Amino acid sequence: MADTGSSFKIEKEMNSRRRFLVAATTVVGGVATVGVATPFILSMMPSERAKAAGAPVEVDISKLEPGQLLLVEWRGKVVWVLKRTPTMLESLDLLEEEGLLADPDSEKDQQPEYAKNHTRSIKPETLVVEGLCTHLGCSPVFRKDIAPEDLGEDWLGGFFCPCHGSKFDLAGRVYKNLPAPTNLVVPPHTYLSDNLLLIGAESKESA
Amino acid sequence: MSKEKNSIMSWIDKRFPLTANWKAHLTEYYAPKNFNFWYYFGSLAFLVLVNQFITGIFLTMNYKPDAGLAFSSVEYIMRDVDYGWLIRYMHSTGASMFFVVVYLHMFRGMMYGSYRKPRELLWLIGMGIFFVLMSLAFTGYILPWGQMSYWGAQVIVSMFGAIPVIGDTLSHWLLGDFMLSDAALNRFFAYHVVTLPILLLVLVVVHIIALHEVGSNNPDGIEIKANRDPQTNIPVDGIPFHPYYTVKDIFGVIAFLIVFSGIIFFAPEFGGYFLEHNNFIPANTLQTPDHIAPVWYFTPYYSMLRAVTINFLGVDAKLWGVILMAASVIIFAFLPWLDRSPVKSIRYKGPIFKFALAMFVLSFVVLGFLGMKSPTPLYTLLAQIFTFIYFAFFILMPWYSKIDKTKPEPTRVKE
Amino acid sequence: MNKIKIIVIIFLLAPLAAFAAEPGMPLDPAPIDSKDNESLQRGAETFVNYCLTCHGASYMRYNRHRDLGYSEPEMLKKLVLTDQKVGDLMLSSMREKEGEQWFGVVPPDLSVTARARGADWLYTYLRAFYRDESTVSGWNNLVFDRVAMPHVLWELQGEQILVTETAGNDGGGKDVQKLHLEVPGTLTTAEYDQYVADLVNYMVYLSEPVANYRKELGIYVMLFLFFMLGLTYALKREYWRDIH
Repeated sequence: MADTGSSFKIEKEMNSRRRFLVAATTVVGGVATVGVATPFILSMMPSERAKAAGAPVEVDISKLEPGQLLLVEWRGKVVWVLKRTPTMLESLDLLEEEGLLADPDSEKDQQPEYAKNHTRSIKPETLVVEGLCTHLGCSPVFRKDIAPEDLGEDWLGGFFCPCHGSKFDLAGRVYKNLPAPTNLVVPPHTYLSDNLLLIGAESKESA
Repeated sequence: MSKEKNSIMSWIDKRFPLTANWKAHLTEYYAPKNFNFWYYFGSLAFLVLVNQFITGIFLTMNYKPDAGLAFSSVEYIMRDVDYGWLIRYMHSTGASMFFVVVYLHMFRGMMYGSYRKPRELLWLIGMGIFFVLMSLAFTGYILPWGQMSYWGAQVIVSMFGAIPVIGDTLSHWLLGDFMLSDAALNRFFAYHVVTLPILLLVLVVVHIIALHEVGSNNPDGIEIKANRDPQTNIPVDGIPFHPYYTVKDIFGVIAFLIVFSGIIFFAPEFGGYFLEHNNFIPANTLQTPDHIAPVWYFTPYYSMLRAVTINFLGVDAKLWGVILMAASVIIFAFLPWLDRSPVKSIRYKGPIFKFALAMFVLSFVVLGFLGMKSPTPLYTLLAQIFTFIYFAFFILMPWYSKIDKTKPEPTRVKE
Repeated sequence: MNKIKIIVIIFLLAPLAAFAAEPGMPLDPAPIDSKDNESLQRGAETFVNYCLTCHGASYMRYNRHRDLGYSEPEMLKKLVLTDQKVGDLMLSSMREKEGEQWFGVVPPDLSVTARARGADWLYTYLRAFYRDESTVSGWNNLVFDRVAMPHVLWELQGEQILVTETAGNDGGGKDVQKLHLEVPGTLTTAEYDQYVADLVNYMVYLSEPVANYRKELGIYVMLFLFFMLGLTYALKREYWRDIH
C-alpha cells in the first residue's frame, strides 16, 4: 500500500482527526454488526413451539404396579418412572456393599438436591430418571431378571445399555469400569398429590 | 507487528494474489472523481443482495415448502421463532428494495449512457442479473402460499400456455402437475434457494469483473482512461476507489438503512404494496380474490400484458400480450445498439433525448400504476397509449438520437 | 438537471397515488388503541367466548397473551376455556367437517384476518348484520353480502333491518340503504360499538402480536442509525477534502 500512498499522500495526511473518525466508525460499525447478529443468533434458540412441547408433564401413577416401569416423554426424551419392590430396594444395599458402583452416594451433580439420597428419589419406592445412557445417549434396556446368562451372576436387576455395554442399578447408578461416566440423570420433578407426578418442574407455579 | 503482518502477507501472496487483488479492485482501481448521487445504487444493490442471502438462509431454517404447511410455517416464523418476524420483514422488504435500487441503478445507466461502447457487455450482464432477479422475486413470492402467491403464480404460469403447440405441455412440465400445486411449490422453492441465488452470485461477480476491466462511466460520460498522467500512468480524473468511494458508499449505506429500517419497523406491509393484504389469506384453489395484481415492481409489464385486446396477424390477443410483455423486458438489452448519439451523457444530449427519456419514465410509472388497478375501459386505453410510448422510446431511438442537437463533450470531468 | 429531479420525485412518489382507496362501501374508522391493555383484555375474552367456538386462531399461543398483562394463572382461568394447556395453540373446539356441515364453509382461521381485511372493515362488518329471511342463516351483512356466518353477537346488539330511504334535499333524490335497529339488544348502541371496538383491537393485536415491540425497537434502531449517519458523513468529508 506504500506505493499508492506516494501518489495520493494517504499515509501523510492521516492526521489525528482522520484517525479518530476511522476508529470511531470502526467501533460503532462493530457495535452495529453485533446488534444485527444478535437477532439472528437468538432465532436459532428453541422456539415457542419447542418450549411449549418442553412444558412439564403430569403423570398419574396410581395404576403403576410394584416392579412396573412406565415410559413418559418429556422434551422429546424418555423418562422412566419405576415403582420398586422391597426386593429391588434391598438390591441397592447389596450392590453398595459389594463395591460395584462408581458413584454409590450420588456425589456427582446428576440429580436435584431432593434426590441426592440412598434411593435417588423423593419417595423411596418410586424412581424417576431420564432413560438416556450418560455415555453417548442410547436408551438402556430395563432388565429386572436376576443373574441372567448374558449379564452374569452379579446382576441384581437394573438397566443395561445395548450400545456400549454400560450397566446401571435400579436407582440409575452406574457400575464401575464401564464406558458410562456418571449415574443416570434425575429430572426435576414433584408430587402434586399422592399419585400425581409432575415431571419437568419443581412446582406448578414455576412451570 | 507490521513486520509480522508483512511476512504473513507475503506468505499468502506467494500462494494467492491477495495484495494484487486488493490493489486491482480497491486501492488502485481508479474511479472517476465526479460520481454523484446516482452512483450509490450499485453498492446498495450489493448490500441488499447480502441482506437477502443472510435473511434467506435463516428463513430456510424454519420455512416448510409444502402446500399444507407453508402458510402456517411463515406465521410460525412470525410468532414462535425469536426475532423471526424481523428476519422475515428484512427479507420481504429487501425484495422490494432490491427492485427500487436496481431500477434506479438502471435509470442511472440510461441517463449517462453507461451501456455505450465499451460497456455493452457490462450492460448485458446487468440485464442477466435483472432477469434472474425477476425470477427470484417471482419464485419467492409463491413461497408463503397465500392467495396472492397462488393466483399470481397461476396467471404467470398460464402465460406459458399461450405459446402455440407446446404451450400446454410446457406449463405442465413447469408445474409438475396439471395445475398449480404442492409439486410446483416444492420445485420453485428449490429454484429460489439454490439455482437462482447461485446464478445471481456468479453474474454479480462477472458484472464487477467486467466493470473493473472497462472502468466506470461517469455523469459526464467521458473516458477517464483516455487522459493519463504521463509519469504515473494514472488517469488524471480518477481517484482510488478505496478509501474515497468506500467511505462515500458507507455513508450511502447508512442513509439507505435509515429508509430500509423505517419500512421494516414502522410499515412492513408498506400500505399493502410490499406485503399484499390478500396474501394473509391462505391459498384457496377454489376462489380467486376479487382483485389480483402482481407486486408493484412487476406491474408495468403486467399492464402491457393486459393492454393487448385485439387479435392481430392471425395471432390471438393473449399471445400478443405475452410477447409484448416479454419484449418490454428484453428490449432493454438492445439499448447499446439503439443509441446512435455522438455523446453518452444526458448532460450533453439534446432536447429530443431528454424529452424521450422523460416520456419513458412517465410511461413506466403510469403503466406501473395501471397494473395495480382493475381494468376499466379508460384504464385499458391509457395502458395502450403508454405501452406505445414505452416501445417508441426504444424503437425510435436510432432515429431521434442521431438527429438530436448535442453539445460537445468535454475532455476533462467538471469539478 | 431540474427536470430530472422533478421526474425522480414523480417516480418516487408514484406509489402514493395508488394509496387512494378504491371505491366501495364506506367503512367506519375503528376507534382502537394497541396500547390499551384493558380494551385488549376485554376483546380477548370476547374472542375466546364467541369466536373461538367455531373459528381457530391456530397460529397463536395462549401464553403469548402475557403481552396484554395477563399472568399464566389468569390466562388459564380467563382464556383457556377448553382442556388445553397454556402453551398450546388457540385451536377451535369445532371440527372442520362440522363447520362445513353447519355453515356450508369451514369457518376461516382468524389469526391474521385483521391483516387481510383491515381494522376498519372488521369494525364495520361486526356492526352491519341485519335480518334477511332470504338467507340460510336468516342474517345478511352490509359489507359482506350473503356471509355464511350468522350474527353471533345479536343478543348484545339486537336485531337490525335494512331500510331504503330516499334522501331528500342534499342526497339528490338517490336511494340510500340504511340499517335500522328494530329490536334492541342487551347493550345500547354506544356500548355495543365499544364492545366491537375492543374485539377488533384484540384481533389487530392477534394478527401481529409483535407490532408494539417492533415499533419500540425501531425507534432505537433509527436513533442509532442517525448517529451513524452523522459519523459516516464526517468521515466521508474528511477524506474528500483531498479531492475538492
